[in-house]
Amino acid sequence: MLVTILEVVIAGLLLGGLYALIAMGLSLQYGVARVLNVSHGEFIMLGGMITWTLTTQFGLNPLVALAVCGPLTFVLGYILHGTIFRRLASTAESVGIFEGNSMLASFGIMFIIQNLALVIWGPEIRGYSYLAHPVNLGGALFGANRLLTLSFALVIGLVFYFYLAHTRMGKAIRAAAQDRGAAALMGININYVLAICFALGAAMAGIAGMLISMSYPVNAVMGFEYTTIAIIVVVLGGLGSIPGSFIGGFLLGLVGSVVTYFQPGLALAAYYAIFILLLLVRPTGIMGK
Amino acid sequence: MRTRGTTPKSLVGPVLVVLALALLASLTFYASAYTVIFVTSILMYVVLAVSWAMFSGPTGYISLAPAAFFGVGIYTAAVLGLKLPLALVILLAGVGSFCLALLIGALTLRLRGIYFVIFTVGLVELIKNLVLWYEVTFTGTRGRFVIPVDNNTVYYVMLTILVLLLLTAYLIRRSRFGLALQSIGEDEQAAAHVGVNVNPLKTTVFAVSAVFMGAAGAIMATRWSYVDPYIAFNPLFSFMAVLMAIFGGLGRFYGPILGAVIIAYLEETLITRFPYHYMLIFGLVLVATIVYLPGGLVALAPKLRSWTARLRRAHPGG
Repeated sequence: MLVTILEVVIAGLLLGGLYALIAMGLSLQYGVARVLNVSHGEFIMLGGMITWTLTTQFGLNPLVALAVCGPLTFVLGYILHGTIFRRLASTAESVGIFEGNSMLASFGIMFIIQNLALVIWGPEIRGYSYLAHPVNLGGALFGANRLLTLSFALVIGLVFYFYLAHTRMGKAIRAAAQDRGAAALMGININYVLAICFALGAAMAGIAGMLISMSYPVNAVMGFEYTTIAIIVVVLGGLGSIPGSFIGGFLLGLVGSVVTYFQPGLALAAYYAIFILLLLVRPTGIMGK
Repeated sequence: MRTRGTTPKSLVGPVLVVLALALLASLTFYASAYTVIFVTSILMYVVLAVSWAMFSGPTGYISLAPAAFFGVGIYTAAVLGLKLPLALVILLAGVGSFCLALLIGALTLRLRGIYFVIFTVGLVELIKNLVLWYEVTFTGTRGRFVIPVDNNTVYYVMLTILVLLLLTAYLIRRSRFGLALQSIGEDEQAAAHVGVNVNPLKTTVFAVSAVFMGAAGAIMATRWSYVDPYIAFNPLFSFMAVLMAIFGGLGRFYGPILGAVIIAYLEETLITRFPYHYMLIFGLVLVATIVYLPGGLVALAPKLRSWTARLRRAHPGG
């Protein structure tokens, strides 16, 4: 019994680490750049598919793919913000209109990236084996790759927290999130900061994709499911709150693990049920103001 | 230009509508079976786009729930198709979608902006997963078979739904309710202050628009003959409706019709041959429309007119 509870909790934390990582990226993009990026999952897919290609076709270690996926998705995000979202922001009459338009544009980006990937990789489900040997945690067995994913999520979360709290750029990002106009008056290059935030969010998705490909099969159409999970976590943590997303990710992972234990088919339905109840009862989430 | 000849000009619209209706109503007499099926698909998208624009156009609430209402219609046909006559099934599909929309509207239309949008996305996924879970756990199969109906009947039912929808949308737009909806879109608080009964109005129009999506889903299900939750609650139906309406333009009544006809025509001709490239182009069109042409195709006409006028002024001789 005790081992079962331990197993469910650890499985929840392992899943939660992944959710936290993908949600932090989305939260950064929405919280600062005000783009509810529905194509977030496509960056995850890109990370996963590129890692698969490098590992199986070029025989590289999946961790080496980090050096490719991270910078590549970062640059892609930077370019997208500079070309599409900056223009939308300059033409929109209000924040509300910008949010609506930028979300619709990101739906378009979702279709573009997803179908480019289908042209390149096809719809087949891909997978490879890396660090798949079991590790014993107090009687419960887990794959080493999933533990690696969790440690990556924790490290990235911590590094990112220190980046926001203690660097000059982090301060500029927080200022831009609080009051864009005032931040610009203080001499912060707003367009640059917003583009960096969007690019950092994309890079986190790319890295998450790399980690996902180590433990789960990947394919070109996997993105949207992760997008919806990221959105649920972000709403759970409070739209725009990065610590909220981090905690929300672990919370949702635990919920998923518990529901899966009792009714495996209902895990996703449970996520959406929580999400819908949350929007009705407390749309600001657990950490929102 | 504008002052002379208003009478012939005002006749152009009605004459075109009557002509188009006559052509569509007699389609099965002169067109091949393939064309009838082809046009049915286009009409389905017109129904989705126009009913989406009926509520979201004036109010500015971006609803991604069409797939939910459409799917409810599909499942009504799948569950009741064997037991009840077709007309009753379609009616019940409309009523079912109406009730669901009424419930959602009453619960959520106080959510503003982005919250409302993501709620509607989550709703489609929730219903999909619940139906999937129910089917797998209790019926033991994932999909269901729907009794097929002959193609001409499907076509005429779809055409009837479309005509009823266009009439309803036109009457609402012309009435004081249309004006009230428009005022909600511009400033909801101001609308409430001048005496618009905001929430009941929004909920009612939202639910009325869902009736047609549900009815369209029920009749399309009979053509597909096999459905499962992934087919019925495919979020693509929502995205398509939104893109078509925005591409055509929400400023004019005919905007969503124009957008739906063009994109649905392209889809039906391209998707079987180049499925990925088609969706790629679809995404590019969506991004380009939002970035460069937020008013849609109908906003292009006045732009072109002023552009040619400027050309004429610059070159008085030509």
